Amino acid sequence: MIRIVSFFMDLIDIPMRHAQRYLRGHSIAWVFLFPNLVLFGLFAFLPILLNVAYAFTGTDNIMLWDRTYVAGENFAALTACSNYLDANSCELDLFWRSVHNTLLFIVLQVGIMVGVSLVTALILNRRIRARGFFRSVFFFPVLLSPVVVALIWKWILQRNGLMNAGLEQLGLERVVWMLDRNWAFAWSVFLSVWAHMGFYTLILLAGLQAIPRDVYDAATMDAAKPFRTFYRITLPLLMPTMLVVMVLALIKGVQTFDEVYAFTGGGPGSATTLIIQYIYETGFAGAPRLFGLASAASIILALVLAALTFLQLKFTRRNADG
Amino acid sequence: MAKAIDFLTRTRGHGKLHWTDWFTYAYLLFGILLMFGPVVWLVMSSFKTDAELDRFPPRFLPYAAQTVELEGYSKPLPLYKVVSGELAGETVAQVRRIGLTSQVVRLDAPDQIVKIGLKDREPIERISIATENYTNLFSKFDFLRFFWNSTFITVVATVIMLIVNSMAAFALAKYKFSGRAAVMAMVIGVLMIPQTVVLVPLFIVTKELGMLDSLWGVIVPGAATPTGIFLLRQYMLTIPDEILDAARMDKASEWKIYWRIVLPLSAPAIAVLAILAIMWRWNDFLWPLIALSRSDNFTLQLALNSFQGEMTTQWSSLLAMTVLTLLPVALVFAFLQKYIATGIASTGGK
Repeated sequence: MIRIVSFFMDLIDIPMRHAQRYLRGHSIAWVFLFPNLVLFGLFAFLPILLNVAYAFTGTDNIMLWDRTYVAGENFAALTACSNYLDANSCELDLFWRSVHNTLLFIVLQVGIMVGVSLVTALILNRRIRARGFFRSVFFFPVLLSPVVVALIWKWILQRNGLMNAGLEQLGLERVVWMLDRNWAFAWSVFLSVWAHMGFYTLILLAGLQAIPRDVYDAATMDAAKPFRTFYRITLPLLMPTMLVVMVLALIKGVQTFDEVYAFTGGGPGSATTLIIQYIYETGFAGAPRLFGLASAASIILALVLAALTFLQLKFTRRNADG
Repeated sequence: MAKAIDFLTRTRGHGKLHWTDWFTYAYLLFGILLMFGPVVWLVMSSFKTDAELDRFPPRFLPYAAQTVELEGYSKPLPLYKVVSGELAGETVAQVRRIGLTSQVVRLDAPDQIVKIGLKDREPIERISIATENYTNLFSKFDFLRFFWNSTFITVVATVIMLIVNSMAAFALAKYKFSGRAAVMAMVIGVLMIPQTVVLVPLFIVTKELGMLDSLWGVIVPGAATPTGIFLLRQYMLTIPDEILDAARMDKASEWKIYWRIVLPLSAPAIAVLAILAIMWRWNDFLWPLIALSRSDNFTLQLALNSFQGEMTTQWSSLLAMTVLTLLPVALVFAFLQKYIATGIASTGGK
């Protein structure tokens, strides 16, 4: 494998030498950038433009020239609601249900995630034995694929599963978790926290370890109580990292799809249908394929994500400067 | 034992265990259970027979009924120990079960059927690993095909990504050309366009390029990542320019400088990026779900997901397949977890 790659890479040298002769100075850089820019152009920038074009055109034709211009009709359809808090009052109730689900999902998921990750990072930051081992214990699920995560928990939560056996041991009734709207939602949040908390713990731990020791030494000198030390030193100094973690978790939380889709399929009913699943089903899984509607929903999502990413870059930069 | 406890409870520096130390270790123990437990349970379950999987409450170890082959019966018969009634204490083989009675035979008299109540017998079981869950994957399902698809996509996409991204990173790190700032801004721009928000047009571009429903349609659209450029560029900036200038003195071409000097020197960063790329590709789900429609082309993740719809009752195959899907990742984790941790911490995920 490496030999084949190596052979071709040496072959590229011949045209590159010619190119070098014609290009002056540092312009050769463009040759190196070329493949990457083509890929970015085709699969990132062109799609963004097309997305807008599709969002403003109607019919279920795939080809752009077969589609008719409908102005803001798709956006109007998406936002046609008499009461935004009640999905049933909307023209596209499923869209709003998915928006509500996603909002509730990220509020719960990000809140719990940041809390649990913080506690875990604080504990890992104590003087403990085998810290490297414990760090990787919490990190391990991050590597698992979303489908595997979903199946692991589905197996535990099935009717005759481990969880129900545990409940029966405690003298409680068995629950058919996946058929109950609230339980299915709660477990979706849980498994998503389970799968990703290791990642945020890692970042918070790095933030904790960056706090200089002598600040704590000074606090010990002044005989500060542990809780006071935490509130007055650890938390303020960790705040920049916390902000980054929160925004990162939000960006990823809004885009949650894989594990929840494989876990519940969006059900029961539409109880766990999130926004990406709505886009996927509107554009690809249903018939007719409503590309315009899916694109319009994507653009709304893109705006939210762009704002969040902007925040992330700002916080990260401030961290790097500070 | 006492030594082990002593080892675990020893604290660094302090003499005595504070209650917070107890809390710490309790938390960590709970963490091990919660993080590894489900995976261990999955692996254990994947070795169980269908009958054992249906059992409630479930048991930890995979048991299977012991069977015996007797003359005159085509199938092996399950063995039971009789606990009460006439035959109490004897070992019998069950021929068939009708309602609440069970027709059994003694092992030494296989043609003499005796009827006993279901409550009078207990199955004789032993720990046995149901390897047929795994072998079925190869005989009944096209497991190797999915495995090959996943492997092909992962390997090829990772190689392409490393080459393309390292070329761009090299250009951005080592040349001062007009437009560099613009290109950097562009890369950040791409960072702001996650795949999830351009699904429809991405689908159409891929379709127009004739790559839809082929493995290339999964490989190419994600072949260049802004994360990769940032990671590699950051590392390449630390390579001193003097080395490049020395090579230029020796009439090395710019391509040779990239391929023979800068790339080998960036090996640590390349390794981190390679591990990340392998993980992303192996676990990728949403884009393959859209780009691939024939089940011949399915990756392992897609196959798992589509089978769980079809095989709600066939947990035995599903569990075995899940284990095989997570196996490569578990191996990577076991050997390379240090790199992964640093890689992820420095790139902020995807």
